[in-house]
Amino acid sequence: MALFDKHKKLEKNVSFLFIGSLLAVLVGGIVEIVPLFYVKNTIEKVEGMRPYTPLELAGRNVYVREGCYLCHSQMIRPFRDEVERYGHYSLAAESMYDHPFQWGSKRTGPDLARVGGRYSDEWHVQHLIHPQAVVPESIMPRYSFLKEADLKPDQFAGHLVANRRVGVPYDDAMIENAAADMRAQANPDADTSGLEERYAKISIRDFDGDPTRLTEMDALVAYLQMLGTLVDLEAYKQNENLR
Amino acid sequence: MSDQNKDIDEETGVETTGHEWDGIKELDNPMPRWWLWTFYATCVFALGYVIYYPAIPLLEGSTMGISGKTNRSELQIEMAAADASRRDRVAMLAEQDIEEIAKNQDLVRFAVAGGASLYKVNCSQCHGSGAQGGPGYPNLNDDDWLWGGDLEAIYTTIAHGVRNDEDDDARFSQMPAFGADGILDRPQINAVTEYVLNMSGQEHDATLAEEGAVIFAENCTACHQENGKGNRDLGAPNLTDAISLYGNTRTTIRAQIQQPKHGAMPPWIDRLREANVKQLAIYVHSLGGGEEAPAD
Repeated sequence: MALFDKHKKLEKNVSFLFIGSLLAVLVGGIVEIVPLFYVKNTIEKVEGMRPYTPLELAGRNVYVREGCYLCHSQMIRPFRDEVERYGHYSLAAESMYDHPFQWGSKRTGPDLARVGGRYSDEWHVQHLIHPQAVVPESIMPRYSFLKEADLKPDQFAGHLVANRRVGVPYDDAMIENAAADMRAQANPDADTSGLEERYAKISIRDFDGDPTRLTEMDALVAYLQMLGTLVDLEAYKQNENLR
Repeated sequence: MSDQNKDIDEETGVETTGHEWDGIKELDNPMPRWWLWTFYATCVFALGYVIYYPAIPLLEGSTMGISGKTNRSELQIEMAAADASRRDRVAMLAEQDIEEIAKNQDLVRFAVAGGASLYKVNCSQCHGSGAQGGPGYPNLNDDDWLWGGDLEAIYTTIAHGVRNDEDDDARFSQMPAFGADGILDRPQINAVTEYVLNMSGQEHDATLAEEGAVIFAENCTACHQENGKGNRDLGAPNLTDAISLYGNTRTTIRAQIQQPKHGAMPPWIDRLREANVKQLAIYVHSLGGGEEAPAD
């Protein structure tokens, strides 16, 4: 019972109680928070990952704004049924430039982590305008207004700057050329040598089927067509990253 | 509390906590036995868990536990077991010529079953869950093929796709925009439209169609052939049947001559691998419109 008597002292003295509870919280904090400072060792070493192009980033902003993540996940879990359906399981490295990540927690629609290149641009445009026109059993709402919403490339560099501040490696040239890069990616006739140098594995074409305008539809389709295509999964060493 | 001033409640005979508020005291009943033992059991379980599974985060990675089991290693084992169970057939599918496979009934059954589930995941979004197609996406149940309907042709179309930049072997053809590029004028396009309606056996204007026949002969036969039956090497559709990718009415035919739409299909060979593409080809071939290989 001697221990209980000591506890009584702790409970009756505010300073002791404060120090005692601080110590208890500290232990929990160290165990849970400190490993995050070493987060680099949870991100696999992969080849091919790069920051989003301005057009893709704009598409990603549309994706977040419209709440696509509420029905679509971007996280293929390491289970056989998921891997056979969607492809290689998602790697931490594939969302390291996502702020915030779009893993989602609910699949009303299918997972989109590797949707890039699966369907034609035209399909994506038709599907976003009127999902039931191509998939009659779908319950997805229409996003036809995206084709009418013009992008504002000149004000976009700030988004790259914001991402750089939270750790995405956009360099000065990328930020300087953000507006031009955004226009050029949706215009196959533009001079795209600089753009291709800055962003590897980039698709350059008119995404929404309307070359006269640069719309949110261009941006969203460019983003979707890139999803899951950057990392070279052939070169990825599975056995070194079992966790 | 020391034993000397133990305070026992008279009514119940249970020790109190020694606290008193306005004459009210608090009984110090022991924890229920079942609760206590469950608590001890979870402690023992947690200890075992930490030893057996990866658990404690360290500066570099974490403890691996004596089992060494992780989600990713478990998946590898599961996939290896699944692969082993179908290894023989998958190897046969990958190695054999597709016409050869078609002669092996057991292999065909395996391919059709696997192809059906691959189809639902990868193809149904465009071609429809019943392979019925839709405007711009061909119906795969009928015997009207754009690029050929024998096993080899279907395999090539699935493997390399149509009009995409990713695969150098993709099927490719492009119909000129007769109206938009000013090759034909409006009345000429109207005339050809009537002729195409005539070819597919629909109601049409006979005088205009006659005029259209001449224009057709001069401009369209290189790909669609003189009889309008098309050319599968060029993906030029047969115009004499009532099946049209973008609709078979006067308006849609005219629009297609004015400024044609062209479908695109991604290549699947890298995404799905050889055996899976062959399964899909055999499945699509089995849907009803599959053709025999041409005799060489």
